[in-house]
Amino acid sequence: MVKKGEESIVLELRNVEKHYHMGDNVVRAVDGISIKVKKGEFIAIMGPSGSGKSTAMNLVGSLDVPTQGHIFLDGEDISKFDESNLAQVRGKKIGFIFQSFNLIPNLTARENVMLPMMFQGLELDEREKVAGDLLKLVNLEDRMNHYPGELSGGQRQRVAIARALANDPDVILADEPTGNLDTKTGEIVLEFLDKLNKQGKTIIMVTHDPHLAQEHAQIVYWLKDGKVEKITRKKK
Amino acid sequence: MISDYFSIAFKNLKHRGIRSWLTLLGIFIGVMAVVALMSLGSGLKLAVSSQFGVSATELITVQAGGLSYGPPGSYVANPLTIDDLETIQKISSVKQAIRRNMDSGKLEYNNHLIFGYAASVPSGEDRKFLYEQLELETIEGRLLKDGDSGKVVLGYNFYANKVGLEKPVLVGKKVLIQDEEFEVVGIADKQGSLIYDNIVLMNEADMKNLFNYGDVVDIISVQPRDKNNLDKTKEDIEKVLRDKRDVEIGKEDFQVSTPESSLAQINKILNGIQIFIAIVASISILVGAIGIVNTMTTSVLERRREIGIMKAIGATNFQIFIQFFIEASLLGLIGGFLGALCGASIGFVGTMGINAWIGAQVQPAISFWLIFFSLLGSFLLGGLAGILPALDAAKQNPVEAIRE
Repeated sequence: MVKKGEESIVLELRNVEKHYHMGDNVVRAVDGISIKVKKGEFIAIMGPSGSGKSTAMNLVGSLDVPTQGHIFLDGEDISKFDESNLAQVRGKKIGFIFQSFNLIPNLTARENVMLPMMFQGLELDEREKVAGDLLKLVNLEDRMNHYPGELSGGQRQRVAIARALANDPDVILADEPTGNLDTKTGEIVLEFLDKLNKQGKTIIMVTHDPHLAQEHAQIVYWLKDGKVEKITRKKK
Repeated sequence: MISDYFSIAFKNLKHRGIRSWLTLLGIFIGVMAVVALMSLGSGLKLAVSSQFGVSATELITVQAGGLSYGPPGSYVANPLTIDDLETIQKISSVKQAIRRNMDSGKLEYNNHLIFGYAASVPSGEDRKFLYEQLELETIEGRLLKDGDSGKVVLGYNFYANKVGLEKPVLVGKKVLIQDEEFEVVGIADKQGSLIYDNIVLMNEADMKNLFNYGDVVDIISVQPRDKNNLDKTKEDIEKVLRDKRDVEIGKEDFQVSTPESSLAQINKILNGIQIFIAIVASISILVGAIGIVNTMTTSVLERRREIGIMKAIGATNFQIFIQFFIEASLLGLIGGFLGALCGASIGFVGTMGINAWIGAQVQPAISFWLIFFSLLGSFLLGGLAGILPALDAAKQNPVEAIRE
């Protein structure tokens, strides 16, 4: 589990609401969620489709700002940030892993991993070095110069993991990371997430699969109709 | 940092392959036309000017005929005569006026027959005057003297074997002109003019016998008293000839031209052509720019997801803007580069062609600045065309863009 009982909170959602306007109707996709994520935790946000899970992920990943409530990332209230500040913050502090990998097709594996560092203004040789190290970490050192189209699904997701780690973020946000993978490849990806968690990274996984959530996460937030229905903790 | 955007932009353009190339086409054609025109146009001007350069700048030329530019000696309705010459010689602002005749005829040598121009050389003081004005010198043999009968001086191209006789004509050889035998006594120095380098010069008496033109005068070359006031003398001649030949202003059947006015007329025509080509080139460039706007707009739509990903992993709006802006600029730059390359080649080959044709030695006017500004221009134009699509790209909402 977490190294010593470290209590620092990396991410906090405080009474967060997100409303969408559909014609005259207001859809409360997220309707008052409060979540606290401590450093080094592995948490899962669980829920069927329509539960507000995706919206919650966008808010947690600071891809979007809440209609109401506050989101604190590393103690900083980002709920009122403008788009560019938000981009800088998430580029530095959050690493994304998407269900559909979302690699840039025109760039090689290594260039994909280098991209987040470019947006943070790192020098080329440093980016190359870090990208090389990270691809080694996910056992893809012999696929560095391959384009995403030349890689298998599992390999692509590992490139995405390496990319998520590029700026050494505090939080890894994985959105259905195994959704597009077969069971065996999915396991390998999850093993990586576990490994990263053991090394001290905070992992937030969004999934609809209760087994996956319960097996890997220490805390599972069950969402329903935009609210947290229940919170379960792994016994140990 | 900026180089990273360039390298990614370059990859993206490469990835889109044929579509990128097609987008470049407009800018390519436009820049090619402009560069070719500029490098060739100056060459063309120089070439045409060099044809006039052979006649001394302070000479006024009087020819029969209206505004047409027929070659000297071609048929005109109301030719100039000795009478006209004498009238001009009496004008007070005229220092000297000499008669010159040119006629086309056949020449045989080395069992080859060619057609070309013969020009008369007057005698006495007039001869001296003509030689001085034309700065005529020989590279072989001597110039014609008074009393030289049955003798000719040939233009440089006879010596250089460029007139189609398959063999250089040397001093001392005999040539048949209009079936009469003439001895070559000299070869004129290279003049850089198609007419003068191919000419046969003979004394007036020989010329008159050969072509039997009687009192008709093809050209009257006039030296004004005040060489800084050519236009005054030109007006005097025009006035006197109008009265004598009984024609109204604007309906002259003769033409009085200073080298300056001839040059101006040639330049006017060349400028017209240049302006026309420049307009076509501008339209092409404009179409090219619209092509870039179109391609980039499509590209933004196609890559919404990619934009969303880039934003998710930390790209700011400005960084996205720069990425697309540079892609558009690069499209312009590559088009401009290829266009400048082709245009310069056309200018170079074209100028060489002009040189070979008229025997001039004009340098292609391909300057560093011409290339520099056409590249800079196409780069900026591409960027300009890319501004709106790039702003559009920067505005994409990451959440919506990724979901697609």
